[in-house]
Amino acid sequence: MNYINLTKIAINALKRNKFRAILTMLGIIIGVGSVIGMLSIGEGSKKNIQDEISSMGSNMIFVMPGSQRRGGVMMGNSDSKSLTMKDIEQLEKSSQYLSRISPQVSSSGQAIKGNKNWPTSIYGVNTEYLEIRKYELEDGRIFTDKEISSLGKVCLVGKTVVENIFGESVDPVGQTIRFAGIPLKIIGVLKEKGQNGMGMDQDDLIIAPYTTVQRRILAITHIQAIYASSIDEESTDQAIEEIETVLRSQHKLKEGTSDDFEVRSQAEMVQAFSSVSDMLTMLLGAIAGISLLVGGIGIMNIMFVSVTERTKEIGLRMSVGGSGTDILMQFLIEAVILSIFGGIIGIVFGLLISAVATNALNLPFIVMQNAIILSFLVCTAIGVFFGWYPARKAANLNPIDAIRHE
Amino acid sequence: MQKTIIEVKDLRKDYHVGEVTVHALRKINMQIQEGDFAAIMGTSGSGKSTMLNILGCLDKPTDGTYLLDGVNMADMNKNQLAQLRNSKLGFIFQSYNLLPRTTALENVELPLYYNSKVKSKERKEKAMYALEQVGLADRFHHMPNQLSGGQQQRVAIARSLVNDPVVILADEATGNLDTRTSYEIMELFQKLNDEGKTIAFVTHEEDIARFMKRNIVFRDGLIKTEMTVDKRHNATQLIAELPHESDIDF
Ligand SMILES: Nc1ncnc2c1ncn2[C@@H]1O[C@H](COP(=O)(O)OP(=O)(O)O)[C@@H](O)[C@H]1O
Ligand SMILES: [Mg+2]
Repeated sequence: MNYINLTKIAINALKRNKFRAILTMLGIIIGVGSVIGMLSIGEGSKKNIQDEISSMGSNMIFVMPGSQRRGGVMMGNSDSKSLTMKDIEQLEKSSQYLSRISPQVSSSGQAIKGNKNWPTSIYGVNTEYLEIRKYELEDGRIFTDKEISSLGKVCLVGKTVVENIFGESVDPVGQTIRFAGIPLKIIGVLKEKGQNGMGMDQDDLIIAPYTTVQRRILAITHIQAIYASSIDEESTDQAIEEIETVLRSQHKLKEGTSDDFEVRSQAEMVQAFSSVSDMLTMLLGAIAGISLLVGGIGIMNIMFVSVTERTKEIGLRMSVGGSGTDILMQFLIEAVILSIFGGIIGIVFGLLISAVATNALNLPFIVMQNAIILSFLVCTAIGVFFGWYPARKAANLNPIDAIRHE
Repeated sequence: MQKTIIEVKDLRKDYHVGEVTVHALRKINMQIQEGDFAAIMGTSGSGKSTMLNILGCLDKPTDGTYLLDGVNMADMNKNQLAQLRNSKLGFIFQSYNLLPRTTALENVELPLYYNSKVKSKERKEKAMYALEQVGLADRFHHMPNQLSGGQQQRVAIARSLVNDPVVILADEATGNLDTRTSYEIMELFQKLNDEGKTIAFVTHEEDIARFMKRNIVFRDGLIKTEMTVDKRHNATQLIAELPHESDIDF
């Protein structure tokens, strides 16, 4: 047996049946391409959600007032006044697993400068808030403890507010804007952060000392939320437990009664969203699996449909001296060539789909090696098997029976 | 003494179709010597093709011995049989059996691909030479569907010649052709035989059989008669005597 000759024979046979070769490859291309495309879209959206959630804060934990009874009625929590600065002080004093803590009070309203105004929200916080929420200063400074204790009329502004009130030409630092009738001097500008996982603009905000918002704007004594960072990712659960213990004792809650606050963590959100996107990936994977199957059946069909013609060809080849092994090798080489070319085109096609789709959907472009290898192997296996199986049957025939095959 | 190329002893071939057993060959004894040009004749169903397929190692006998060039075919495995078909036998079918969408040259080259002794350079030369022998060198680049029936059969003959076999086996090689073209093919066979090729040629047509040296007549799976042809036809002469195409009125 001569492999060079057999390869030439195989290539000639493929050239003679270009259409069949292309159809076979198409099955492989569709199979491989869709698996790669679908899975990378799924994986990209998962990565995207994770990234966006983690961009919302660093090991962030937040506490809201109110409660959520298990299996019961969701209590409204917007007007609950259970959280106070005392809670913050107590947490600062006793916690081991929290690195930063900040209160939050917020209000929405118009930011006004001269004849320009812009609807936005103001957040009253302390100086640790920026790090908890992963905000950075682009210009200026953060407020001082003195400004907090003196209800200072100062603020930091996000990029969206700057663009809508000042445009590009004016340096906002040092300017004064009015919010809810209060003049606030801009002492710093926040770096742009973009949208979060829910599509909210994270740059559309004003940050001011919590005392200023609490007293001057809202005229309240409680706080609306607590934001904190655990010391690291692993201690999130302990930190949550700690907060619950401290707050329960602080609020003098008896055993058996439910919390009058609710603790949530970023990790939980990541998990919740990941399970959604895992389902998406599975769904896309199922679609891809079906296209792989359809592609495989396509390959199978073409191989079986061409059996009659090819059986005659096999008979003829045997009559001029091809052995059963020669015939089988020829068909295997044909199938391998088709599978490899189809597979490579399929991979390129799949990566192209993922690149275009992830670009259009604004997702990170992730090359999934496993998907590439798996789909390639599956298609090659299908192609080779269904190229080989009918050939083996034919190669076992008497040459004369193969030639006479109808 | 002449060399015996083919020797068949007590050969039998049965076909089983459902419950029925067809005795296609009952008890065949025959020899073909080197340089022979033998017609295997007989009515349809008499077992001619069955005989030729066995001689061509395309099929196996139910019983009996077949010696090709002194070698017992019963001792050969499948791969060895394939090699024998490649190197010692040239088979020609009634329906040409060329590969479609493949040039005449490539069709003739086909057996050489299964002969690892032939280098790729030689392959083309040998195939071209075979095409020259059948007078089709100028059509080497044509596809089967661009050739007439007679030309396709010439390509098939070139293919059977290309490995320089010890015997050429033809099954109704003129069966699909008109008289003139049949005679032209017979002219080619007579030329090949004159050059020393041993040929066994199946036909049911008596006038075709008269181009050959010897007639072996089959009947119901047995040899009825064997005879040397007297007043053998000369194809070149007969073609010259045929009316010219331009003489025929339509
Ligand atoms: N593959 C087969 N299966 C069953 N019967 C067959 C087969 N091939 C030939 N026969 C039978 O064997 C007999 C001889 O056939 P064949 O050799 O083709 O005759 P010929 O070529 O002389 O016309 C016929 O009766 C035919 O029906
Ligand atoms: Mg016949």
